[in-house]
Amino acid sequence: MASFASNPLYTRRRRSDVISKVLAYSATTFGLGWLVLILGVLIYNGLGGLTLDVFTHDTPPPGSDGGLLNAIVGSLIMTILAVVIGTPIGVLAGTYMAEYGRHDKLSSIVRFINDILLSAPSIVVGLFVYQIVVAPMGHFSGYAGAVSLAVLVIPVVVRTTEDMLMLVPDTMREAAASIGLPRAHMIVRIAYRAARAGIVTGILLAIARVSGETAPLLFTALNNQFFSVNMNAPMPSLPVVIFQFALSPYEEWQRLAWTGALLITVTVLALSILARSLTAARK
Amino acid sequence: MDMAAATAPGSSLVMHAAVGTEGLPAKISIKNLEFFYGESRALKGLNLSLYANKTTAFIGPSGCGKSTLLRVLNRMYDLYPGQRATGDVLFDGENLLAPGQDINLLRARIGMVFQKPTPFPMTIYENIAFGIRLYEKISRADLDARVESSLRRAALWDEVKDKLNASGLSLSGGQQQRLCIARTVAVKPEVILFDEPCSALDPISTAKIEELIDEMKKDYTIVIVTHNMQQAARVSDFTAFMYLGDLIEFDATATLFTTPKDKRTQAYITGRFG
Repeated sequence: MASFASNPLYTRRRRSDVISKVLAYSATTFGLGWLVLILGVLIYNGLGGLTLDVFTHDTPPPGSDGGLLNAIVGSLIMTILAVVIGTPIGVLAGTYMAEYGRHDKLSSIVRFINDILLSAPSIVVGLFVYQIVVAPMGHFSGYAGAVSLAVLVIPVVVRTTEDMLMLVPDTMREAAASIGLPRAHMIVRIAYRAARAGIVTGILLAIARVSGETAPLLFTALNNQFFSVNMNAPMPSLPVVIFQFALSPYEEWQRLAWTGALLITVTVLALSILARSLTAARK
Repeated sequence: MDMAAATAPGSSLVMHAAVGTEGLPAKISIKNLEFFYGESRALKGLNLSLYANKTTAFIGPSGCGKSTLLRVLNRMYDLYPGQRATGDVLFDGENLLAPGQDINLLRARIGMVFQKPTPFPMTIYENIAFGIRLYEKISRADLDARVESSLRRAALWDEVKDKLNASGLSLSGGQQQRLCIARTVAVKPEVILFDEPCSALDPISTAKIEELIDEMKKDYTIVIVTHNMQQAARVSDFTAFMYLGDLIEFDATATLFTTPKDKRTQAYITGRFG
């Protein structure tokens, strides 16, 4: 042991091991530090304003107190509709690629385009939906907002659905076929069941992704300072309210912006943790 | 069959007495069967009969085409593009390879058990009931009875009767494989194909499965692919030795293993290659 420790090669390896460990730890601390900092600032500035009023009052006019009820409800409605539109399309497209067109050209084209869509700037999506929905309708609306969020939901769901179905072993498909199960039944009854946790995780991640989106909503749902569940009219949403209030000179608005930001962050965090635990439970 | 013979390969082989093929009804007749993976020819014009209520083993070195042949019999290869078969495979006189065959119906009549146990991600009960409901409308009581008889058939009932609602994946490997046999039996097939059913199992589970196979031929025509020669000798009535996509020799198992006619068969069963 003593001779080993005094071996210069060994000491050098030990030293480089220590150095790389220190580097790795500091990189991790640096990265996580920002996250902690962001959460800390959000809690510091937002928690104080987090009263019951936030959930029971609408956004106030400048200079008076209020809440975020209309924005929260608007966000919920548009997100739900976006998921309702985007999930079936995404799951079906992912199913096509994993189950029917595994080796064909169409699948690789769709996969390529989907990857582009996955990283497309959301402001471009907002402009696109403005052009195809808002302009023909002649006005901003909750529908247009939901459509633009759906466009962001689809690629995430397509990707995870395909990936998760690819993880279902072929032997499972063969076993299903071997008792005379037609392919469509096999997909719905066996493959979806085997991949369920993963697909649900994808949907949760898609919700997390869109719940903080501001840019696409600016061009589509716009905003509304009053409570409204009319999807054919401009609709408020948390991110847009935050955007507007944070830039305003009014102190009450700024405080509400912080509280809204805290709400969104906590929601996204909760969704991510839920998604994580679902995938972990599968293993 | 006793446990010692099953667990101690190479010791005393308990073999079925040699059977002649005369007068035996063929359940499946294979004529001029060729098989292609894309351009490469994996089966080179096979002619072979599989006899009703007998067990036939396909043996041969890796890549000889024995699994390919098995997968032709229920047209499993149809799941994959670029694979095709030519020739005739007559199943009770009807050509399996003919266009317009209802493949799903065919697969219900010709069941298959795989190398790795493949229980479905559902309860033990559902694993069995699933296939039954696919083709039959039966009452809950009848379904319960069928699930029980299928599990009994696969010698699994006593081990799982108190946890039918547990996941099929919670069972051990050997139990999972017997669950798969029960699932196959439940849809009332006429032929059961075994694709190296014991290669992922321990010796005791292997012995159980072999015992089952031996017992099952009363009701089914059985085909088994195995790379374990002792296993072929133990469970089968007939053995087909295949090599490089050709059928080299087919005979009663006792005959093939004691007095092989072809030199290559002799070399393989004595362990000189493969």
